[in-house]
Amino acid sequence: MNAAILGVALFIGQVLLALAMLMAAVRILRGPRAQDRVLAMDALYSSGMLLLLVFGIGSGTTLYFEAALVIALLGFVSTAAMAKFLMRGEVIE
Amino acid sequence: MTTLHELPLWAALLVSALILLGSSLTFIGTLGLVRLRSFYERVHAPTLGATLGMGSILLASMLYFSLTQTRPVVHELLIGLFLTVTTPITLLMLVQATLYRDRLRGRDPLETQDGSDRPVTDAAEP
Repeated sequence: MNAAILGVALFIGQVLLALAMLMAAVRILRGPRAQDRVLAMDALYSSGMLLLLVFGIGSGTTLYFEAALVIALLGFVSTAAMAKFLMRGEVIE
Repeated sequence: MTTLHELPLWAALLVSALILLGSSLTFIGTLGLVRLRSFYERVHAPTLGATLGMGSILLASMLYFSLTQTRPVVHELLIGLFLTVTTPITLLMLVQATLYRDRLRGRDPLETQDGSDRPVTDAAEP
């Protein structure tokens, strides 16, 4: 019974997070400018990371936590590099 | 959903509520990303998911694994700490770059639409 409550909540949470990723993908496709796409990519990877965490709760292993940690680390680097590129025209100067 | 452990009722309700809160906040944030009209408005929206949404899902994960493994599992704090530190940095860098690009094009970032306080809708441009 209690596991059923948790299962329903996990399912709804996964659907909402997948919809959040879909919305971010819509903003990536629609633009209209480069900074909008970078911002939407930032939202996309953080929603994907949260989706992995919720999936990890559902499967009962802490394996997915490490994937989420890697996504958080690499996402920061990629967004910072793209902001730097928009500002300067090159990443490493 | 096959390997869910049996939790006490209060814990199941608490974890479920935290997950629902976090995922709906993240969804509302990205909905704002689609619906708001200018970049300077849109930059605020996804932070809803990056702060409280992320925090409540991490809290739910910590609570669930601490209760099922009968020892405190706190490594989710790493993600929380890291995202809390990095989200403002990336968004500040992005807004600085946008301000620079707007000024370079001779466009006033604070320009408003015919007397109202709504910013001008972004036109399609690279």
